[in-house]
Order: sequence, then C-alpha cells, then structure tokens
Amino acid sequence: MTAPGAARGPAVRVLPRLDGTNRFFWTSGEDGRLRFLRCTACRHYVHPPVPRCPYCLDGSMVPEPVSGTGVVHSFTVNHQQWIPGSDPYVIGLVTIAEQEDVRLTTNLVDCAPDDVHIGMAVEVTFEQAEDVWLPLFKPAEQLP
Amino acid sequence: MSPNPPERLERRSIISGIGQSDVGRRLGRGELDLTLDACLKAIGDAGLTRDDIDGLATFPGAGIGTSGFAGPSTPEVQDALRLRLNWHDGGLEGPGQLRAVFAACLAVAAGLARHVLVYRTVTESTAQGEGGRQGIGGAGGGRGVPRFSGVMQWTLPYGAVSAANWLAMIAQRRMNEFGLTREQLAWIALNGRRNAARNPKAVYRDPMSLDDYLAVRMISTPLCLYDCDAPCDGSTAVVVSHADYARDTPSTACHVNAIGTALRGRPSWDQFDDMTTFSARDAAASMWERTELRPSDVDVAELYDGFSILTMVWLEELGLCGKGESGPFVEGGSRIALDGAVPLNTSGGQLSAGRLHGFGMLHEACVQLRGEGGERQVRNTPEVAAVAAGGGPIAGCMLLTRGLS
Ligand SMILES: [Zn+2]
Repeated sequence: MTAPGAARGPAVRVLPRLDGTNRFFWTSGEDGRLRFLRCTACRHYVHPPVPRCPYCLDGSMVPEPVSGTGVVHSFTVNHQQWIPGSDPYVIGLVTIAEQEDVRLTTNLVDCAPDDVHIGMAVEVTFEQAEDVWLPLFKPAEQLP
Repeated sequence: MSPNPPERLERRSIISGIGQSDVGRRLGRGELDLTLDACLKAIGDAGLTRDDIDGLATFPGAGIGTSGFAGPSTPEVQDALRLRLNWHDGGLEGPGQLRAVFAACLAVAAGLARHVLVYRTVTESTAQGEGGRQGIGGAGGGRGVPRFSGVMQWTLPYGAVSAANWLAMIAQRRMNEFGLTREQLAWIALNGRRNAARNPKAVYRDPMSLDDYLAVRMISTPLCLYDCDAPCDGSTAVVVSHADYARDTPSTACHVNAIGTALRGRPSWDQFDDMTTFSARDAAASMWERTELRPSDVDVAELYDGFSILTMVWLEELGLCGKGESGPFVEGGSRIALDGAVPLNTSGGQLSAGRLHGFGMLHEACVQLRGEGGERQVRNTPEVAAVAAGGGPIAGCMLLTRGLS
C-alpha cells in the first residue's frame, strides 16, 4: 500500500550486484527476516559486511536474524528528479533495535511524509525486485 | 602542555601565489585551457616562472566522478607546462578537497619540493549542458539499469543517490536536536548572495530575499534549491612554497598556521556516530590541537557551502559559534556580514559564486588576507582566516595568517 502523498521509492530501483559477501543480506527477506553479520565471539552486529569483526578482530562473522524493528534516526522527502519519473519518496535512516551503531539507509513506507518523525518506531517490510529483497521500513504495529 | 611542543611542519609552508580562470556557467572552454589560465596566473602572482615550479598536485585527479567534475590530471598539466617535477600528487581519498593543498604543504616542509602548483578545475556547467550529468536510470530503467557493488549499493536502491539526500538528513537531524529552522538556514544562502553582488566573477548576483528562498522548489526536505551550490566552469590554482620564500613574494604571503585532517568516526555517510557534525568535528578539533590561535582570533571565515547545512556545521565545529547555536547565530545575517563578528563566505560562496569545490574558499581567504577584496574587502585587513572544505565523512580545514603568528 502506498500512503497518500508519497511513493514507496524511486521510479527505478537501482539494484545491488550480488556476490559472496552481500548475498545473505539482500536475499534475507525471502523468508521475511532481516539479517546482519554477527560476531561469534563478542556478539556485536556489524554492517556493512566485513570478513573480520572490527570490534574484537577475533570471532567469525555469521548472518543472524534480528527483530526487524528500529527507530528513525533521520529522514528526508526527496523531490528532485535524479531518477526521472519519480514521485516524492521518503528516504530514512533507521537504527536497528539490537544495536545503536547499526543503521540502514532505506525507504519509509505506509506512512504519510508529514507523519514521519525522528524517533518513530518502525519495522521492516520487504520489497522484492528480481533476486533482491529490499528491506524497507513502515510504522511499527502498536502493541496491544 | 609539554615544554617543547612538536614543531608543526605545515608552518614551513606559505601560499605565495593565487590564480583563477574565468568562472561562469557554460563557458564552453576546455578544462585544460581553464586550468592553464589559473596556473599561469598563480605562478606569475607568486613572482615565479614555470621553471621554478618543482611540485604539482590536484584533487581529485582524472577519471573520477561524473563528467566535468575531476578536471585534468597532473600528467596532463605537467606536460602542457613542460614542468620538471621533484614531487607530484593527485588523488581523491583524504581529508576533503584541500587534501592536495595539505600534501603540498608537507612536501615543501619535507624538502621534497620548493614551489608546488596546486589546482582544482571543474567544468560541470558545460558538462550539464551537453547532457553529461544525468539522473540514474534515465536510459530506460528496469532490467537495463546497471547494478552496483561497493558502498553505493547501500543507498542507490532507495533513491538516496545524491549528497543532497544525505545532507538533508543531517539538516533534519539538526532541526530535531537543535531547533534549527529553514528561516535560519536561509541566511547562508542570503549572505552568500549579498556578498556575490560585490564579486564580479560570481555566477549568481541578483538579489535574493527570504521570501525567494522560502518559495523556491524543494530538492530533498528540508533542503531547497538555494541550499545547493551552483555548478559552474572554472579553475583555481595556488602556489604552495617553502616559508623562507615569504620575504621574496611580490604579494603578501599567506602563512599556513595549522591544518586539520582528522577522521575519528566511521568513514561513512550513514554509519558516522554523530549525524549533526560528521567529520568536520574531527578535522576542526585536530586543527585547533596544532595551534596557539583560538576561534576568537579568526577574522574571516570561508566555510564550505556545497550545501548550506555544511557551513552551519563548520561554524559550530570550528568554535566560531556555540554548539547547536549556528541557527540563531546566522539569523538576520548581521554577525556573518562583511562588517560582522565573523565575515563569512565573502565572495558569495559556492551557493552564489559557483561550485569551485573548496578551492574557491581558499582563494578568497588569500584575497582577504592580502587586502585585495575590493568592494567586498573586510575592513581592517584580516590577519587570520579559517578555510574549510567538504562535509560528511570527507572534511579538512586550515588556518591561514597574514604574516607569521
Ligand atoms: Zn567481535
């Protein structure tokens, strides 16, 4: 669903080239889960993917699912036609709930641009494009 | 304080000469042509001939970025001037656009060269006119769009394709944390336009009002068109010489007092720890660690305005106003005017004078220290100038003084 006043993203999605390093991330949404590399020794999540843990320089890096929830750290509504044919769309910077120094640039969807705010609780929703599952974020479901 | 502080080697360097080509929209002249204009002016201004030039440096070096962005390579310029070099350097990675100047300062300090010609050339306006700088996906899109590896893979899928988008998120964050308003941010653009009216080479010189600013179209909220600098054609060159040449320069030598080069957070547009500062924080801190001068000594500030929000960040991180207080500081424009406490972007900055990519700020700092600003000269010729270029995870700054200090 597209919220009034904004598209879900640019008119054309420029996609990542999948390789042995990033494939787990960009295909993670196939089962609806968001994953990051996590260090087996110090348990930090690390993003973008690197072969050695930058915190402890020790453990192995293994993809592990996260909750998929986070908080909007900042955002902007893009109006410029960098990608011709695009309606205004919301670019967001989301900090994941598990670790405050892991952020994703993403699109914020299912929410009117005027309602987006810093600190807003969000949850992941995936958009499939060819062999890539792009993690987007929407307002988190209210807890009952 | 240690009894014998380490020598700051950059102080062995001066800017002995400056030069600038014509600057404008769609000049239709080649990048090497403009570069040679700027270089020959700088060499002559320094009281030298090309036979004296034994070092050459540029940012970013050929083949980088979109059409019209990089300018000619050092081999092209070396060959065009038949220079015999003891030291040469061109490259993108480093503390911002001024990295080439910093490298030149250290080269003369180390005795690798005595007179280094440093230039930066852009022909982005002409390239735009030829369709050389297009939006992504313009050629059909869908399955025809090339895929991306490297750092761009994390932003391009979401249409976060421009520094305007990334910096808009800095501005939004600053509005949230510090209460910055568009009416305050506007004063970076309005001050630039006011000063550009006194700069015959400025690209945009027509008066701009706050209403004009608030009415113009959005690029990426909260940044509007007037928050983004103006692509232009032009080349700027300086000669960095050993300080012992200062007594022989025909014009007043501009002494390099300190350079700021640090990058202590993650080198990333979306993972840097403090979204409100980025590495301007680190570059500024490292510069002040290398000098006895204090922010209150700065008489004129040429602070990068590739996007207006970056100037606000530099004002705060350089300590020219309080943390989070750049909004009220610039509002109304009196403190940053030519006769204000901190005369700012005195030639119009990149927003109005044209996107000379950091080297325009350096050139103007030297003009002001030399007292050659004409209609836009800051009164009581400034003795200390702060120059900053870049933003986000790519930033560098320096202090220049008229005479030794
Ligand atoms: Zn670890």
